[in-house]
Amino acid sequence: MIEITDLHKSYPVGNRKLHVLKGINFSAQEGELISIMGSSGSGKSTFLNILGILDEGDEGKYLLDNTPIKNLSEKVAANYRNQFLGFIFQSFNLINYKTALDNVALPLYYQGVNRKERLEKSLFYLEKVGLADWADHLPSELSGGQKQRVAIARALASDPKVLLADEPTGALDTKTSYEVMDLIQQINDEGKTILIVTHEPDIAKMTKRIVHLKDGLIIKDERIEPVKAMANV
Amino acid sequence: MNRLFNKDLWDEIIESISSNGFRTIITAFGVFWGIFILVLLLCASNGFQNGIKGQFEGTSSNSIFIWTQGISKAYNGKPKNRWYNFKLKDVQAIEQNVPGLKTISPRNRLGGWGSSTIISHEENNASLTVEADFPELITQWAMDIQKGRYLNQSDIDLKRKICIIGYGAVDDLFKKNEEVIGSYIKIQGVSFKVVGVYKDATMIGKRNFDLQKKIFVPFTTFSQVFNYGDRVGYFFITGEDGIPIKESKDKILEVLKKQHDIHPDDDRAIGTNGFYKAFEKFEMLFLALKSVSYFVGILILGSGVIGISNIMLIVIKERTKEIGVRRALGAKPSAIRKQILLESLFLTLTSGMAGIAFAAFIAFLANIMIDKIPKQDALLSNVSVDLPTVGIALLILVISGLFAGLIPAQTALKIKPIEALRTD
Repeated sequence: MIEITDLHKSYPVGNRKLHVLKGINFSAQEGELISIMGSSGSGKSTFLNILGILDEGDEGKYLLDNTPIKNLSEKVAANYRNQFLGFIFQSFNLINYKTALDNVALPLYYQGVNRKERLEKSLFYLEKVGLADWADHLPSELSGGQKQRVAIARALASDPKVLLADEPTGALDTKTSYEVMDLIQQINDEGKTILIVTHEPDIAKMTKRIVHLKDGLIIKDERIEPVKAMANV
Repeated sequence: MNRLFNKDLWDEIIESISSNGFRTIITAFGVFWGIFILVLLLCASNGFQNGIKGQFEGTSSNSIFIWTQGISKAYNGKPKNRWYNFKLKDVQAIEQNVPGLKTISPRNRLGGWGSSTIISHEENNASLTVEADFPELITQWAMDIQKGRYLNQSDIDLKRKICIIGYGAVDDLFKKNEEVIGSYIKIQGVSFKVVGVYKDATMIGKRNFDLQKKIFVPFTTFSQVFNYGDRVGYFFITGEDGIPIKESKDKILEVLKKQHDIHPDDDRAIGTNGFYKAFEKFEMLFLALKSVSYFVGILILGSGVIGISNIMLIVIKERTKEIGVRRALGAKPSAIRKQILLESLFLTLTSGMAGIAFAAFIAFLANIMIDKIPKQDALLSNVSVDLPTVGIALLILVISGLFAGLIPAQTALKIKPIEALRTD
C-alpha cells in the first residue's frame, strides 16, 4: 500500500540546511495499523506530511497504492489526497459553522458527489462512529471525543486507502482516548490501513506495529500484539 | 462555470458569509453606501435634467434662427456692402432642396430686429414688439394660449387684422378687468382686433419678461398693412426629430446664398443662431453632472470595495486553518478561489442591490415632495434612474465585487493544506 525508499528531506534554516529525514525506508501493507513514535525533532511530523502529500521529499521514492507521488501539481495533489487519504487531526479541525453531518460530507463535496448521495453516505459513517443522533449538531455542541469521532467519520467518508492520524488522542482525556482508539481498532479490523503519529506509549501499544523515529531515521520497527482498547475503558 | 449555480456551492458561500453576520453587515455597508450615493447622484442629475428639459417643453430645441446681414463679398457682378432681404419664395426653395426639415417659419418684426413699436389702446400706450407669423409657429415655440385663440390659416388667407397679445402686455394696454378679447389696439395707427392672449412657456432667462409682451399678427396682414411685400425678416426653422438641424444648416445657407447671389464663401452675409446651441450647453452641463456623479459615486464605492477586500483578507487570515482543512480534504485550489471570489461577489451584489433599492426609495420620496411644488418653480422633476443606468450600476458592482475578491483569493491560494496540521 505504501512504499517508501530512501526518503530525504531538508529545510533551509538561515544559510544552513536542516536535514530532517535522512533516508527513510518504510513500507506498509493493506490492513496494517501502525503507530509512528518519536520525540519532537525526530522528523515524525515531516514524515507524516510527506505521507499525506502535504509536502514532498527531496530524494527518494514514494509509492502510494502503486501510484508514484512525485512533482504533483496542487490540483493533482488535492485529487490524490481526496482519493487516497483520510486525515484525522489532533485538534479535530471540524468546520465550526457546519453541522456534524455537513462536516462529514465535505470530502464528498470536493469529490463532486451529489447532495443526496453525499448526505446518505455521511449519515452511514456517522452511524458507524455512533453519532447518527448528533448529525444536526454543530461541533460546539459536541464533546471532544464526539468531535474526534465526527472527524474520523469525515476521514472515512471518501473511502480512502489510508487513514493518517496525527496525534488523534492528543487533545483527549485517557478514557476518551481509549474510546477513540477502540473505534480506530474496529475500523482497522474491517481492513482499513491506518497510520497513527503519537508520542503516547499506551496509544502506540494499541497498534499492531510501532515505528520509532529518531533524528530522521527509523531506529526500530517492531510488530506487537495490540492491546485491545476496550479492555482499558 | 456549470457549477456556478450549484446549490451546494451557494450553500457553502452563504454559510460562510453568515457565520459572522455582524461583521458581514458592517462590511457590506460600505458598498451599500457607495452604490446608494452613486445611484442617488445619478437620480439627482437625471431629475435636474428632466426639470430643465421640462422648462423647455413645447419648444423645439432642434431649431435655428436665420437672418440677413450685410454682404461682404462681391459676387456674380454684384458689389459688396449691399443689403438684401429674404423673400417668401425662399421657403419653397429651402423646402425643395433641404430634406429633413419639419417646419420653416418665415417671420417679420416691425421695424426690424430689436425694434419696438408704440402700441395704443384708448389712452394707454406701450412700446412693444410686433411679430408677423404663420400659424405653424406654435408648434415650434411653446406658447400657452390663455384666452381666445392663436393665429389660424384663414387669418392668413383673409389677411385679417387680428392679433394675439402677450399677457404681459395686457396690463400695459388695458384697464383692470377690461375685456381684452374683441377689443382693438392700434399699431402704427392701424387697428387690430385682439383675438387671443398668450403666455410664453419657454424659459430663456431674463428675456422671458420681454417674451410675454409681444404682439403677434398674421404674416400676410402684416406684409400688406406695413408694406413689406414678400420680404421676410428672418426664418425660424425646425428640423425633423432625429435629424439635427445643425447638420441641415449648411444646406439651408447654401440655398439661401444661391437665392440671393451671395458668394458661397461669404459667411458674414447670413446670420444664424441655433436654438440648439443653448440646449447643447445644457447637454454639456448634464453630461458634466452625470460624469461627476459617476466619478464621485465610483470613488465612494471604491472605498467600500476596499473595505470588503480588507475584511475578506482578515476573514481569510482567520479561516487559514479552515481553508487548510478544506485543502487537506481534497479541495482544489480553484475550488477555494471560486469560493472566495463568489463570497465577495455575493457580498458586493447583495449589499449593492440593497443600496440601489434604497436610493430608488429615496428618489420616490423626493418625487412625492417635488410633485407638490408648481412645475415652473421646480428645478428638479421625475428624480429617477432608468434601467440601463441600473444595469451599469450592477455591472460596476460585479466588477468591483470580483476586484474585491481578487487579492483575498490570491492570499487564500497561498494557504497550504499543511496548515491544517498545525496545532495552536
